[in-house]
Amino acid sequence: MRSKSRRLTAVDILLIILMILPFAIGILLKVLTAPPSEGISITGARVYFTIPMPIQDLPITEAQVNSVLVLISIFALCLFMTRGLKVKADSKRQHAVEWIVEKVEGLVKDSMGDYFAGFAPFIAAIIALSALSSLSSLLGLYPPTSDLNVVAGWAVLVFALITYYKFKCGPLGYLKGLAEPVAFLTPMNIISEVATPVSMAFRHYGNVLSGTVVAALVAAGLQGLSAMVFGWLPGALGDFPFLQIGIPAVLSIYFDVFSGCLQAYIFAMLTMMYVSGGFPAEDYEKRKEKKQARKNKQNNIHKENLEVN
Amino acid sequence: MLELAIGIILGCCALGAGMAMIAGIGPGIGEGNAVAKACEAIGRQPESKGAVTSTMLMGCAIAETTGLYALVIAILLIFVAPNLLVDILLNSIG
Repeated sequence: MRSKSRRLTAVDILLIILMILPFAIGILLKVLTAPPSEGISITGARVYFTIPMPIQDLPITEAQVNSVLVLISIFALCLFMTRGLKVKADSKRQHAVEWIVEKVEGLVKDSMGDYFAGFAPFIAAIIALSALSSLSSLLGLYPPTSDLNVVAGWAVLVFALITYYKFKCGPLGYLKGLAEPVAFLTPMNIISEVATPVSMAFRHYGNVLSGTVVAALVAAGLQGLSAMVFGWLPGALGDFPFLQIGIPAVLSIYFDVFSGCLQAYIFAMLTMMYVSGGFPAEDYEKRKEKKQARKNKQNNIHKENLEVN
Repeated sequence: MLELAIGIILGCCALGAGMAMIAGIGPGIGEGNAVAKACEAIGRQPESKGAVTSTMLMGCAIAETTGLYALVIAILLIFVAPNLLVDILLNSIG
């Protein structure tokens, strides 16, 4: 049976508008606050305004605003996709959602094991956030992932998760893990512990930023080249950068679409690998059994005492 | 004299950025090896194409890290360091 698409209700249309609106707001903000500049320049995120804080002023930059806009858009997307779910899937939308959920759950189970099956929503959120953030540069927005602060925030979050799961065997187990395989390698282990979030943040940020820088350099080069080749044309035609039409889009397919999606996938994969790799599963099971045995023993002693009394 | 000092700062920053990117050789060779081996593996076992490709992309991304460190340092040297160093120089002169 062919599944037919459901008719859009008013709420659906509202959610679609909510999905697109954040990006429109982002573009509008960018256009309205753009400083009059000559040519192409490579700058960091523009500061929209600063909030005075006791120790240091908090600048609200383009990257922060854009990442919040992406969050709102994803939120509306989730609401839109999960509206009107039925036990028996009868719409294209529900089939798509089920496919996504199954894929992510399969991925998480394959690479993290059954104990971490509950991680699927978190991993899906990371992939969606990272991919949409990188893809927002297609609309001319400043991609939030090309700002180190945004990606470093995610990396710190992942680091906290990794450390939490390493602490599952108690603080002593964690310290013992640092002194493995031999005690004098402890400084190395501490460095590699800290290097994890740093390398994750730099990997993602560097990839997206390199795309931005190369694209800007190529665009600037094409401007100069077209001024050289078509400069003899009369009037405004001579100033118009003909070579800038289309050619930068080819680069954008690699740097924005391919690299952005690949980095999202890799960030998620590394998160899964580090979290499940740092978790001492066997020790945790042993500890659990020991605790259970001790509990049983205590209960038995308690019971015996009761019986004696 | 001040012009000379600022010129030395700018020139050394540019030189350092260029030298930092020598690190790009390593990831290039490493990723080339990884892709070559992946091609061999797919040629030997075409049915394992999906698994080999995703593992290869993963390995490539990790091999790329050192190159990206170099890139970040080069970008810092070009866009951030000159302003900072010139400021320090001007402050020290007074």
